[in-house]
Amino acid sequence: MTSRRTTRRLAADAGLLMVAAAFVLPLAWVVLSALDPHANLRVKTPDALTLDNFDAILTPEITFTPLLNSLLLCGGATLLTVVCAALAAYPLSRFRSRFNRPFLLTILFATSLPITAIMVPVYALFVRVDLIDTMQGTILFFAASQLPFAIWLMKNFMDGVPRELEEAAWTDGASAFQSLLRIVLPLMGPGVSVVTVFSFVMMWGNFFVPFMLLLTPDQMPASVSINDFFGNRGMVAYGQLAAFSIVYSTPVILLYVLIARRLGGGFALGGAVKG
Amino acid sequence: MTTTAPRPRLTKTPDAEHPVHGPRLPVRILPLTPAIVLLLLFLAGPIAYCVYIAFTDLQLTGQAQESFVGFDNFTRAFGDEAFLNAVWLTLVFTVLSSLIGQNTLGLALAALIQRASKPVRTLTGGIVVTAWVLPEVVAGFLLYAFFRREGTLNAILDWLHLPSQNWLFTLPILAVSFANVWRGTAFSMLVYSAALNEIPKEITEAAEVDGAGGRRRMWHITLPMIRRSIATNLMLNTLQTLSVFGLIWVMTRGGPGGRSQTLPLFMYEQAFQNSLIGYGTAVALLLLLVGSLFSLLYLRLLRTEV
Repeated sequence: MTSRRTTRRLAADAGLLMVAAAFVLPLAWVVLSALDPHANLRVKTPDALTLDNFDAILTPEITFTPLLNSLLLCGGATLLTVVCAALAAYPLSRFRSRFNRPFLLTILFATSLPITAIMVPVYALFVRVDLIDTMQGTILFFAASQLPFAIWLMKNFMDGVPRELEEAAWTDGASAFQSLLRIVLPLMGPGVSVVTVFSFVMMWGNFFVPFMLLLTPDQMPASVSINDFFGNRGMVAYGQLAAFSIVYSTPVILLYVLIARRLGGGFALGGAVKG
Repeated sequence: MTTTAPRPRLTKTPDAEHPVHGPRLPVRILPLTPAIVLLLLFLAGPIAYCVYIAFTDLQLTGQAQESFVGFDNFTRAFGDEAFLNAVWLTLVFTVLSSLIGQNTLGLALAALIQRASKPVRTLTGGIVVTAWVLPEVVAGFLLYAFFRREGTLNAILDWLHLPSQNWLFTLPILAVSFANVWRGTAFSMLVYSAALNEIPKEITEAAEVDGAGGRRRMWHITLPMIRRSIATNLMLNTLQTLSVFGLIWVMTRGGPGGRSQTLPLFMYEQAFQNSLIGYGTAVALLLLLVGSLFSLLYLRLLRTEV
Protein backbone atom coordinates (compact mmCIF):
# COMPACT_ATOMS: atom_id res chain seq x y z
CA MET A 1 0.00 0.00 0.00
CA THR A 2 2.64 2.46 1.06
CA SER A 3 4.93 1.71 -1.84
CA ARG A 4 2.06 2.02 -4.26
CA ARG A 5 1.23 5.37 -2.75
CA THR A 6 4.83 6.49 -3.14
CA THR A 7 4.90 5.45 -6.78
CA ARG A 8 1.71 7.31 -7.34
CA ARG A 9 3.10 10.41 -5.71
CA LEU A 10 6.23 10.25 -7.81
CA ALA A 11 4.15 9.90 -10.97
CA ALA A 12 2.02 12.88 -9.96
CA ASP A 13 5.14 14.91 -9.19
CA ALA A 14 6.64 14.06 -12.57
CA GLY A 15 3.46 15.01 -14.39
CA LEU A 16 3.15 18.31 -12.57
CA LEU A 17 6.80 19.17 -13.12
CA MET A 18 6.38 18.65 -16.86
CA VAL A 19 3.42 21.01 -16.97
CA ALA A 20 5.31 23.46 -14.78
CA ALA A 21 8.27 23.38 -17.17
CA ALA A 22 6.02 24.17 -20.13
CA PHE A 23 4.25 26.94 -18.26
CA VAL A 24 7.38 28.53 -16.89
CA LEU A 25 9.10 29.15 -20.24
CA PRO A 26 7.31 32.39 -21.15
CA LEU A 27 7.78 33.63 -17.58
CA ALA A 28 11.46 32.75 -17.68
CA TRP A 29 11.79 34.72 -20.90
CA VAL A 30 10.46 37.90 -19.37
CA VAL A 31 12.68 37.69 -16.28
CA LEU A 32 15.87 36.73 -18.11
CA SER A 33 15.35 39.22 -20.93
CA ALA A 34 14.78 42.08 -18.53
CA LEU A 35 18.26 41.48 -17.11
CA ASP A 36 19.93 40.84 -20.46
CA PRO A 37 21.64 43.68 -22.37
CA HIS A 38 21.17 41.77 -25.65
CA ALA A 39 17.74 40.27 -25.18
CA ASN A 40 15.91 38.73 -28.10
CA LEU A 41 12.80 36.58 -28.35
CA ARG A 42 14.25 33.35 -26.97
CA VAL A 43 14.80 32.14 -23.47
CA LYS A 44 18.57 32.22 -22.94
CA THR A 45 20.96 32.91 -20.14
CA PRO A 46 21.85 36.59 -20.28
CA ASP A 47 25.24 37.48 -21.81
CA ALA A 48 25.78 39.63 -18.76
CA LEU A 49 23.50 40.71 -15.98
CA THR A 50 22.47 44.32 -16.16
CA LEU A 51 19.82 46.68 -14.89
CA ASP A 52 20.22 48.93 -17.93
CA ASN A 53 16.82 47.88 -19.31
CA PHE A 54 15.14 49.08 -16.16
CA ASP A 55 17.21 52.25 -16.21
CA ALA A 56 16.11 52.93 -19.77
CA ILE A 57 12.40 52.56 -19.12
CA LEU A 58 12.14 54.26 -15.74
CA THR A 59 11.43 57.64 -17.27
CA PRO A 60 8.32 59.78 -16.87
CA GLU A 61 7.34 59.29 -20.49
CA ILE A 62 7.66 55.52 -20.71
CA THR A 63 6.80 54.31 -17.24
CA PHE A 64 5.77 56.82 -14.62
CA THR A 65 3.02 58.62 -16.50
CA PRO A 66 1.28 55.44 -17.73
CA LEU A 67 1.51 53.86 -14.29
CA LEU A 68 0.17 57.01 -12.69
CA ASN A 69 -2.69 57.00 -15.22
CA SER A 70 -3.38 53.36 -14.40
CA LEU A 71 -3.40 54.20 -10.72
CA LEU A 72 -5.75 57.13 -11.20
CA LEU A 73 -8.08 55.16 -13.44
CA CYS A 74 -8.17 51.93 -11.46
CA GLY A 75 -7.92 53.60 -8.07
CA GLY A 76 -10.80 55.96 -8.84
CA ALA A 77 -12.96 53.24 -10.34
CA THR A 78 -12.20 50.83 -7.49
CA LEU A 79 -13.13 53.42 -4.88
CA LEU A 80 -16.40 54.10 -6.67
CA THR A 81 -17.12 50.38 -7.08
CA VAL A 82 -16.44 49.53 -3.45
CA VAL A 83 -18.48 52.43 -2.04
CA CYS A 84 -21.46 51.72 -4.31
CA ALA A 85 -21.25 47.98 -3.72
CA ALA A 86 -21.06 48.34 0.07
CA LEU A 87 -24.07 50.67 0.11
CA ALA A 88 -26.07 48.44 -2.22
CA ALA A 89 -25.19 45.24 -0.39
CA TYR A 90 -26.46 46.56 2.92
CA PRO A 91 -30.22 46.57 2.25
CA LEU A 92 -29.87 43.42 0.15
CA SER A 93 -28.26 41.60 3.02
CA ARG A 94 -30.21 43.13 5.89
CA PHE A 95 -33.80 43.70 4.87
CA ARG A 96 -36.29 41.32 3.44
CA SER A 97 -38.01 42.51 0.31
CA ARG A 98 -39.61 40.81 -2.61
CA PHE A 99 -37.32 42.79 -4.92
CA ASN A 100 -34.16 41.27 -3.51
CA ARG A 101 -34.26 38.00 -5.36
CA PRO A 102 -35.02 39.37 -8.85
CA PHE A 103 -32.45 42.10 -8.29
CA LEU A 104 -29.79 39.62 -7.18
CA LEU A 105 -30.54 37.31 -10.09
CA THR A 106 -30.22 40.21 -12.52
CA ILE A 107 -26.92 41.14 -10.92
CA LEU A 108 -25.67 37.57 -11.16
CA PHE A 109 -26.73 37.46 -14.79
CA ALA A 110 -24.83 40.69 -15.43
CA THR A 111 -21.63 39.40 -13.80
CA SER A 112 -21.14 36.98 -16.63
CA LEU A 113 -22.11 39.14 -19.62
CA PRO A 114 -19.24 39.62 -22.08
CA ILE A 115 -18.36 43.28 -21.58
CA THR A 116 -16.13 43.13 -24.66
CA ALA A 117 -19.25 42.93 -26.80
CA ILE A 118 -20.65 46.28 -25.74
CA MET A 119 -17.49 48.34 -26.18
CA VAL A 120 -18.42 49.51 -29.67
CA PRO A 121 -21.82 50.89 -28.59
CA VAL A 122 -20.20 52.33 -25.46
CA TYR A 123 -17.74 54.14 -27.71
CA ALA A 124 -20.57 55.47 -29.88
CA LEU A 125 -22.52 56.52 -26.81
CA PHE A 126 -19.51 58.24 -25.26
CA VAL A 127 -18.91 60.20 -28.45
CA ARG A 128 -22.51 61.35 -28.36
CA VAL A 129 -22.51 62.47 -24.73
CA ASP A 130 -18.99 63.89 -24.92
CA LEU A 131 -17.44 61.50 -22.44
CA ILE A 132 -15.00 60.06 -24.95
CA ASP A 133 -11.33 60.52 -24.10
CA THR A 134 -12.09 61.60 -20.54
CA MET A 135 -10.71 60.00 -17.40
CA GLN A 136 -13.99 60.44 -15.54
CA GLY A 137 -16.02 58.75 -18.28
CA THR A 138 -13.66 55.78 -18.33
CA ILE A 139 -13.71 55.58 -14.52
CA LEU A 140 -17.51 55.56 -14.49
CA PHE A 141 -17.71 52.83 -17.08
CA PHE A 142 -15.04 50.76 -15.37
CA ALA A 143 -16.89 51.03 -12.07
CA ALA A 144 -20.21 50.04 -13.64
CA SER A 145 -18.68 47.04 -15.39
CA GLN A 146 -17.15 45.75 -12.17
CA LEU A 147 -20.15 46.58 -10.00
CA PRO A 148 -22.34 43.49 -10.47
CA PHE A 149 -19.64 41.15 -9.29
CA ALA A 150 -18.61 43.50 -6.48
CA ILE A 151 -22.19 43.68 -5.19
CA TRP A 152 -22.42 39.89 -5.24
CA LEU A 153 -19.25 39.41 -3.30
CA MET A 154 -20.02 42.18 -0.87
CA LYS A 155 -23.52 40.85 -0.19
CA ASN A 156 -22.20 37.36 0.49
CA PHE A 157 -19.54 38.66 2.85
CA MET A 158 -22.07 40.88 4.58
CA ASP A 159 -24.39 37.93 5.16
CA GLY A 160 -21.64 36.51 7.33
CA VAL A 161 -21.82 39.36 9.83
CA PRO A 162 -24.28 38.56 12.64
CA ARG A 163 -27.16 40.94 12.95
CA GLU A 164 -27.45 41.10 16.73
CA LEU A 165 -24.60 43.58 17.01
CA GLU A 166 -26.38 46.04 14.78
CA GLU A 167 -29.66 45.64 16.56
CA ALA A 168 -27.91 46.58 19.77
CA ALA A 169 -26.55 49.67 18.06
CA TRP A 170 -30.00 50.58 16.77
CA THR A 171 -31.42 50.33 20.24
CA ASP A 172 -28.75 52.77 21.30
CA GLY A 173 -30.03 55.13 18.64
CA ALA A 174 -27.57 54.59 15.80
CA SER A 175 -28.90 55.10 12.28
CA ALA A 176 -28.63 52.36 9.66
CA PHE A 177 -25.85 54.28 7.95
CA GLN A 178 -23.92 54.59 11.20
CA SER A 179 -24.25 50.92 11.94
CA LEU A 180 -23.07 50.02 8.43
CA LEU A 181 -20.07 52.29 8.76
CA ARG A 182 -19.10 51.61 12.36
CA ILE A 183 -20.14 48.00 12.88
CA VAL A 184 -20.78 46.00 9.73
CA LEU A 185 -17.92 47.19 7.50
CA PRO A 186 -15.22 46.92 10.18
CA LEU A 187 -16.38 43.38 10.97
CA MET A 188 -16.18 42.38 7.32
CA GLY A 189 -12.81 44.03 6.79
CA PRO A 190 -11.27 41.04 5.03
CA GLY A 191 -14.29 40.82 2.72
CA VAL A 192 -14.06 44.48 1.82
CA SER A 193 -10.36 44.12 1.10
CA VAL A 194 -11.01 41.14 -1.17
CA VAL A 195 -13.57 43.13 -3.17
CA THR A 196 -11.21 46.11 -3.33
CA VAL A 197 -8.15 44.17 -4.41
CA PHE A 198 -10.10 42.05 -6.83
CA SER A 199 -11.73 45.04 -8.57
CA PHE A 200 -8.40 46.82 -8.75
CA VAL A 201 -6.58 43.83 -10.22
CA MET A 202 -9.27 43.25 -12.87
CA MET A 203 -9.12 46.86 -14.01
CA TRP A 204 -5.33 47.13 -13.84
CA GLY A 205 -5.02 44.33 -16.37
CA ASN A 206 -7.89 45.43 -18.59
CA PHE A 207 -6.80 46.49 -22.05
CA PHE A 208 -9.92 46.88 -24.16
CA VAL A 209 -11.82 49.46 -22.09
CA PRO A 210 -9.13 52.19 -21.99
CA PHE A 211 -8.03 51.22 -25.50
CA MET A 212 -11.50 52.13 -26.74
CA LEU A 213 -12.46 55.04 -24.51
CA LEU A 214 -9.21 57.00 -24.26
CA LEU A 215 -7.53 58.61 -27.24
CA THR A 216 -4.92 61.06 -25.96
CA PRO A 217 -1.52 59.39 -25.46
CA ASP A 218 -0.90 61.34 -22.21
CA GLN A 219 -3.92 59.71 -20.62
CA MET A 220 -3.12 56.13 -21.54
CA PRO A 221 -2.70 53.62 -18.74
CA ALA A 222 0.11 51.06 -18.82
CA SER A 223 -2.10 48.35 -20.30
CA VAL A 224 -2.38 50.36 -23.50
CA SER A 225 0.92 52.26 -23.56
CA ILE A 226 2.83 48.98 -23.58
CA ASN A 227 1.83 48.76 -27.24
CA ASP A 228 4.18 51.66 -28.01
CA PHE A 229 7.14 49.34 -27.66
CA PHE A 230 6.05 47.79 -30.91
CA GLY A 231 4.60 50.44 -33.15
CA ASN A 232 6.22 53.77 -32.70
CA ARG A 233 9.72 53.14 -31.50
CA GLY A 234 11.07 51.39 -34.58
CA MET A 235 13.28 48.45 -33.58
CA VAL A 236 11.73 46.64 -30.66
CA ALA A 237 13.96 46.69 -27.61
CA TYR A 238 12.89 43.37 -26.15
CA GLY A 239 14.89 43.81 -22.98
CA GLN A 240 13.08 47.05 -22.24
CA LEU A 241 9.72 45.56 -23.13
CA ALA A 242 10.42 42.75 -20.66
CA ALA A 243 11.52 45.18 -17.98
CA PHE A 244 8.37 47.24 -18.47
CA SER A 245 6.20 44.12 -18.34
CA ILE A 246 7.73 43.25 -14.98
CA VAL A 247 7.29 46.73 -13.54
CA TYR A 248 3.69 46.84 -14.76
CA SER A 249 2.79 43.35 -13.50
CA THR A 250 4.41 43.46 -10.08
CA PRO A 251 1.66 45.40 -8.27
CA VAL A 252 -1.09 42.96 -9.26
CA ILE A 253 1.00 39.93 -8.41
CA LEU A 254 1.72 41.36 -4.97
CA LEU A 255 -1.93 42.21 -4.42
CA TYR A 256 -2.95 38.74 -5.53
CA VAL A 257 -0.56 37.14 -3.08
CA LEU A 258 -2.13 39.31 -0.41
CA ILE A 259 -5.61 37.88 -0.97
CA ALA A 260 -4.67 34.47 -2.41
CA ARG A 261 -5.54 32.59 0.74
CA ARG A 262 -9.10 33.86 0.66
CA LEU A 263 -9.46 33.31 -3.07
CA GLY A 264 -8.10 29.79 -2.86
CA GLY A 265 -10.23 28.31 -0.11
CA GLY A 266 -13.34 27.38 -2.05
CA PHE A 267 -14.22 31.01 -2.14
CA ALA A 268 -16.91 32.41 -4.43
CA LEU A 269 -15.11 33.21 -7.63
CA GLY A 270 -17.83 32.78 -10.22
CA GLY A 271 -17.67 35.13 -13.17
CA ALA A 272 -14.34 36.30 -11.91
CA VAL A 273 -12.21 35.94 -14.96
CA LYS A 274 -13.96 38.02 -17.51
CA GLY A 275 -11.43 39.45 -19.96
CA MET B 1 -25.60 17.65 -3.45
CA THR B 2 -22.20 16.87 -2.04
CA THR B 3 -20.21 18.98 -4.40
CA THR B 4 -20.35 22.68 -4.79
CA ALA B 5 -18.31 24.76 -7.14
CA PRO B 6 -16.67 27.86 -5.80
CA ARG B 7 -19.16 30.41 -6.92
CA PRO B 8 -21.57 32.93 -5.57
CA ARG B 9 -24.36 31.39 -3.57
CA LEU B 10 -27.85 32.69 -3.55
CA THR B 11 -28.53 32.27 0.12
CA LYS B 12 -31.20 33.72 2.27
CA THR B 13 -30.22 36.57 4.51
CA PRO B 14 -29.07 35.24 7.88
CA ASP B 15 -32.36 35.43 9.64
CA ALA B 16 -34.91 36.44 7.12
CA GLU B 17 -37.63 34.97 9.31
CA HIS B 18 -37.25 37.77 11.78
CA PRO B 19 -38.16 40.98 10.04
CA VAL B 20 -36.23 43.78 11.64
CA HIS B 21 -37.77 46.77 13.25
CA GLY B 22 -35.99 49.95 12.58
CA PRO B 23 -35.16 51.55 9.27
CA ARG B 24 -38.06 51.91 6.90
CA LEU B 25 -38.45 52.16 3.19
CA PRO B 26 -36.19 55.12 2.27
CA VAL B 27 -33.31 53.53 4.11
CA ARG B 28 -33.87 50.36 2.16
CA ILE B 29 -33.87 52.04 -1.21
CA LEU B 30 -31.53 54.98 -0.82
CA PRO B 31 -28.31 52.95 -0.45
CA LEU B 32 -29.13 51.10 -3.66
CA THR B 33 -29.48 54.23 -5.77
CA PRO B 34 -25.81 55.00 -6.56
CA ALA B 35 -25.28 51.44 -7.78
CA ILE B 36 -28.53 51.36 -9.72
CA VAL B 37 -27.85 54.72 -11.37
CA LEU B 38 -24.36 53.61 -12.42
CA LEU B 39 -25.64 50.28 -13.72
CA LEU B 40 -28.49 51.85 -15.64
CA LEU B 41 -26.43 54.64 -17.20
CA PHE B 42 -23.27 52.75 -18.03
CA LEU B 43 -24.33 49.13 -18.46
CA ALA B 44 -28.02 48.89 -19.28
CA GLY B 45 -27.79 52.12 -21.30
CA PRO B 46 -25.07 50.90 -23.65
CA ILE B 47 -26.83 47.55 -24.03
CA ALA B 48 -30.07 49.31 -25.02
CA TYR B 49 -28.10 51.60 -27.32
CA CYS B 50 -26.43 48.52 -28.75
CA VAL B 51 -29.82 47.08 -29.65
CA TYR B 52 -30.75 50.36 -31.29
CA ILE B 53 -27.67 51.02 -33.43
CA ALA B 54 -27.45 47.41 -34.54
CA PHE B 55 -30.49 48.29 -36.67
CA THR B 56 -29.04 51.50 -38.12
CA ASP B 57 -26.35 52.35 -40.62
CA LEU B 58 -24.37 54.52 -38.20
CA GLN B 59 -20.89 55.27 -39.50
CA LEU B 60 -17.89 57.04 -38.09
CA THR B 61 -17.47 59.48 -40.93
CA GLY B 62 -19.26 61.22 -43.75
CA GLN B 63 -22.79 61.01 -42.48
CA ALA B 64 -24.64 63.45 -40.29
CA GLN B 65 -27.53 61.28 -39.24
CA GLU B 66 -27.87 57.55 -39.16
CA SER B 67 -31.01 55.95 -40.49
CA PHE B 68 -32.91 52.86 -39.57
CA VAL B 69 -32.09 49.90 -41.80
CA GLY B 70 -33.96 47.05 -40.14
CA PHE B 71 -32.26 43.70 -40.31
CA ASP B 72 -29.85 44.75 -43.07
CA ASN B 73 -26.80 44.49 -40.83
CA PHE B 74 -27.74 40.97 -39.86
CA THR B 75 -28.51 39.72 -43.35
CA ARG B 76 -25.29 41.32 -44.47
CA ALA B 77 -23.41 39.52 -41.71
CA PHE B 78 -24.72 36.11 -42.63
CA GLY B 79 -23.79 36.70 -46.25
CA ASP B 80 -20.35 38.02 -45.31
CA GLU B 81 -17.58 35.47 -45.67
CA ALA B 82 -15.38 37.33 -43.21
CA PHE B 83 -18.12 37.18 -40.59
CA LEU B 84 -18.70 33.48 -41.08
CA ASN B 85 -14.95 32.99 -40.87
CA ALA B 86 -14.95 34.86 -37.54
CA VAL B 87 -17.82 32.73 -36.23
CA TRP B 88 -15.94 29.59 -37.21
CA LEU B 89 -12.70 30.80 -35.63
CA THR B 90 -14.51 31.81 -32.45
CA LEU B 91 -15.90 28.30 -32.29
CA VAL B 92 -12.48 26.74 -32.85
CA PHE B 93 -10.90 29.07 -30.32
CA THR B 94 -13.53 28.29 -27.70
CA VAL B 95 -13.52 24.54 -28.21
CA LEU B 96 -9.74 24.23 -28.35
CA SER B 97 -8.79 26.59 -25.58
CA SER B 98 -11.72 26.51 -23.21
CA LEU B 99 -13.59 23.22 -23.55
CA ILE B 100 -10.59 21.04 -24.26
CA GLY B 101 -7.56 22.96 -23.07
CA GLN B 102 -8.35 24.87 -19.91
CA ASN B 103 -10.99 22.48 -18.71
CA THR B 104 -9.15 19.20 -19.20
CA LEU B 105 -5.75 20.48 -18.21
CA GLY B 106 -7.25 22.22 -15.17
CA LEU B 107 -8.92 18.99 -14.06
CA ALA B 108 -5.76 16.97 -14.66
CA LEU B 109 -3.69 19.44 -12.68
CA ALA B 110 -6.17 19.46 -9.83
CA ALA B 111 -6.20 15.66 -9.73
CA LEU B 112 -2.40 15.44 -9.80
CA ILE B 113 -2.07 18.13 -7.16
CA GLN B 114 -4.11 15.97 -4.79
CA ARG B 115 -1.44 13.30 -4.89
CA ALA B 116 1.74 15.23 -5.40
CA SER B 117 4.27 16.15 -2.76
CA LYS B 118 4.00 19.55 -1.19
CA PRO B 119 6.97 21.38 -2.78
CA VAL B 120 5.98 20.26 -6.30
CA ARG B 121 2.38 21.23 -5.64
CA THR B 122 3.35 24.70 -4.44
CA LEU B 123 5.77 25.26 -7.29
CA THR B 124 3.42 24.19 -10.09
CA GLY B 125 0.42 25.92 -8.57
CA GLY B 126 2.44 29.10 -8.19
CA ILE B 127 3.63 29.10 -11.80
CA VAL B 128 0.20 28.34 -13.26
CA VAL B 129 -1.49 30.98 -11.13
CA THR B 130 1.15 33.59 -12.00
CA ALA B 131 0.28 33.12 -15.67
CA TRP B 132 -3.33 33.79 -14.77
CA VAL B 133 -2.69 36.89 -12.67
CA LEU B 134 -0.53 38.65 -15.28
CA PRO B 135 -2.26 41.47 -17.16
CA GLU B 136 -3.79 40.31 -20.44
CA VAL B 137 -1.45 42.33 -22.62
CA VAL B 138 1.67 41.15 -20.83
CA ALA B 139 0.51 37.54 -21.25
CA GLY B 140 0.01 38.34 -24.94
CA PHE B 141 3.59 39.59 -25.31
CA LEU B 142 5.08 36.63 -23.48
CA LEU B 143 3.28 34.19 -25.74
CA TYR B 144 4.09 36.27 -28.80
CA ALA B 145 7.76 35.91 -27.90
CA PHE B 146 7.25 32.20 -27.33
CA PHE B 147 5.62 31.50 -30.70
CA ARG B 148 7.56 33.85 -32.98
CA ARG B 149 9.83 32.38 -35.63
CA GLU B 150 12.89 33.38 -33.63
CA GLY B 151 11.17 32.53 -30.34
CA THR B 152 11.56 29.91 -27.64
CA LEU B 153 9.31 27.20 -29.09
CA ASN B 154 11.34 26.98 -32.27
CA ALA B 155 14.56 27.03 -30.25
CA ILE B 156 13.36 23.94 -28.43
CA LEU B 157 12.23 22.25 -31.64
CA ASP B 158 15.61 22.97 -33.25
CA TRP B 159 17.34 21.51 -30.25
CA LEU B 160 15.23 18.35 -30.60
CA HIS B 161 15.97 18.33 -34.35
CA LEU B 162 12.29 18.74 -35.12
CA PRO B 163 11.08 20.98 -37.94
CA SER B 164 10.37 24.51 -36.78
CA GLN B 165 7.99 26.92 -38.38
CA ASN B 166 6.55 30.40 -38.09
CA TRP B 167 3.68 29.48 -35.81
CA LEU B 168 1.97 32.86 -35.79
CA PHE B 169 1.84 32.68 -39.56
CA THR B 170 1.13 29.03 -40.26
CA LEU B 171 -1.21 28.19 -37.36
CA PRO B 172 -2.26 31.49 -35.79
CA ILE B 173 -5.53 30.25 -34.30
CA LEU B 174 -3.70 27.34 -32.66
CA ALA B 175 -1.10 29.70 -31.23
CA VAL B 176 -3.68 32.07 -29.70
CA SER B 177 -5.64 29.08 -28.38
CA PHE B 178 -2.53 27.80 -26.62
CA ALA B 179 -1.98 31.28 -25.27
CA ASN B 180 -5.49 31.27 -23.83
CA VAL B 181 -4.86 27.87 -22.26
CA TRP B 182 -1.64 29.18 -20.72
CA ARG B 183 -3.43 32.18 -19.32
CA GLY B 184 -6.73 30.63 -18.28
CA THR B 185 -6.02 27.14 -16.93
CA ALA B 186 -5.40 28.36 -13.38
CA PHE B 187 -9.07 29.20 -12.94
CA SER B 188 -10.21 25.66 -13.79
CA MET B 189 -7.45 24.28 -11.63
CA LEU B 190 -8.67 26.27 -8.63
CA VAL B 191 -12.30 25.35 -9.26
CA TYR B 192 -11.53 21.64 -9.57
CA SER B 193 -9.14 21.59 -6.64
CA ALA B 194 -11.88 22.98 -4.45
CA ALA B 195 -14.39 20.45 -5.83
CA LEU B 196 -12.08 17.48 -5.37
CA ASN B 197 -11.29 18.54 -1.83
CA GLU B 198 -14.97 18.29 -1.00
CA ILE B 199 -15.24 14.63 -1.97
CA PRO B 200 -15.20 12.60 1.26
CA LYS B 201 -12.08 10.45 1.50
CA GLU B 202 -14.07 7.42 2.71
CA ILE B 203 -15.84 7.05 -0.61
CA THR B 204 -12.72 6.84 -2.75
CA GLU B 205 -11.01 4.65 -0.20
CA ALA B 206 -13.95 2.27 -0.09
CA ALA B 207 -13.86 1.98 -3.86
CA GLU B 208 -10.15 1.37 -3.72
CA VAL B 209 -10.61 -1.44 -1.20
CA ASP B 210 -13.25 -2.93 -3.48
CA GLY B 211 -10.61 -3.04 -6.16
CA ALA B 212 -11.61 -0.18 -8.42
CA GLY B 213 -8.58 1.08 -10.35
CA GLY B 214 -7.64 4.73 -10.76
CA ARG B 215 -9.36 5.16 -14.09
CA ARG B 216 -12.58 3.55 -12.93
CA ARG B 217 -12.64 5.59 -9.77
CA MET B 218 -12.21 8.76 -11.85
CA TRP B 219 -14.94 7.78 -14.29
CA HIS B 220 -17.52 6.31 -11.91
CA ILE B 221 -17.00 8.24 -8.70
CA THR B 222 -15.03 11.45 -9.05
CA LEU B 223 -16.50 12.81 -12.27
CA PRO B 224 -20.16 12.21 -11.36
CA MET B 225 -19.56 13.81 -7.97
CA ILE B 226 -18.09 16.98 -9.40
CA ARG B 227 -20.36 17.26 -12.43
CA ARG B 228 -21.91 20.49 -11.22
CA SER B 229 -18.49 22.04 -10.90
CA ILE B 230 -17.69 20.85 -14.39
CA ALA B 231 -20.82 22.46 -15.77
CA THR B 232 -20.30 25.82 -14.07
CA ASN B 233 -16.62 25.83 -14.93
CA LEU B 234 -17.34 25.12 -18.60
CA MET B 235 -19.89 27.92 -18.64
CA LEU B 236 -17.58 30.47 -17.08
CA ASN B 237 -14.61 29.43 -19.22
CA THR B 238 -16.70 29.78 -22.34
CA LEU B 239 -17.95 33.22 -21.34
CA GLN B 240 -14.43 34.37 -20.60
CA THR B 241 -13.11 32.96 -23.87
CA LEU B 242 -15.88 34.59 -25.91
CA SER B 243 -14.71 38.00 -24.78
CA VAL B 244 -10.95 37.62 -25.24
CA PHE B 245 -9.65 40.58 -27.21
CA GLY B 246 -6.33 41.89 -25.90
CA LEU B 247 -4.52 38.57 -25.99
CA ILE B 248 -5.25 37.95 -29.68
CA TRP B 249 -4.83 41.59 -30.58
CA VAL B 250 -1.32 41.66 -29.16
CA MET B 251 -0.26 38.35 -30.68
CA THR B 252 -1.65 38.54 -34.20
CA ARG B 253 -4.08 41.48 -34.59
CA GLY B 254 -6.43 38.81 -35.93
CA GLY B 255 -4.15 38.08 -38.84
CA PRO B 256 -2.56 37.04 -40.99
CA GLY B 257 -5.39 37.59 -43.43
CA GLY B 258 -8.05 37.16 -40.75
CA ARG B 259 -6.91 33.67 -39.84
CA SER B 260 -7.12 34.35 -36.11
CA GLN B 261 -9.89 36.93 -36.26
CA THR B 262 -12.47 35.91 -33.68
CA LEU B 263 -15.76 37.79 -33.32
CA PRO B 264 -14.53 40.52 -30.94
CA LEU B 265 -11.70 41.37 -33.35
CA PHE B 266 -14.03 41.24 -36.33
CA MET B 267 -16.42 43.57 -34.53
CA TYR B 268 -13.58 45.98 -33.81
CA GLU B 269 -12.34 45.92 -37.38
CA GLN B 270 -15.76 46.59 -38.88
CA ALA B 271 -16.56 49.38 -36.45
CA PHE B 272 -13.24 51.20 -36.55
CA GLN B 273 -11.07 50.19 -39.47
CA ASN B 274 -14.06 50.15 -41.81
CA SER B 275 -15.99 52.83 -39.87
CA LEU B 276 -19.18 50.78 -39.95
CA ILE B 277 -20.37 51.26 -36.38
CA GLY B 278 -23.85 49.94 -37.16
CA TYR B 279 -22.51 46.75 -38.70
CA GLY B 280 -19.93 46.28 -35.96
CA THR B 281 -22.62 46.71 -33.34
CA ALA B 282 -24.86 44.14 -35.00
CA VAL B 283 -22.00 41.69 -34.60
CA ALA B 284 -21.58 42.86 -31.00
CA LEU B 285 -25.26 42.23 -30.38
CA LEU B 286 -24.97 38.68 -31.66
CA LEU B 287 -21.99 38.13 -29.38
CA LEU B 288 -23.94 39.60 -26.49
CA LEU B 289 -26.87 37.30 -27.24
CA VAL B 290 -24.67 34.22 -27.24
CA GLY B 291 -23.11 35.46 -24.01
CA SER B 292 -26.54 36.03 -22.44
CA LEU B 293 -27.57 32.55 -23.40
CA PHE B 294 -24.59 31.06 -21.59
CA SER B 295 -25.18 33.42 -18.71
CA LEU B 296 -28.79 32.24 -18.40
CA LEU B 297 -27.70 28.62 -18.53
CA TYR B 298 -25.27 29.41 -15.77
CA LEU B 299 -28.07 30.96 -13.68
CA ARG B 300 -30.19 27.88 -14.22
CA LEU B 301 -27.39 25.63 -13.15
CA LEU B 302 -26.98 27.57 -9.94
CA ARG B 303 -30.68 27.61 -9.31
CA THR B 304 -31.10 23.87 -9.44
CA GLU B 305 -28.79 23.76 -6.52
CA VAL B 306 -29.96 26.68 -4.44
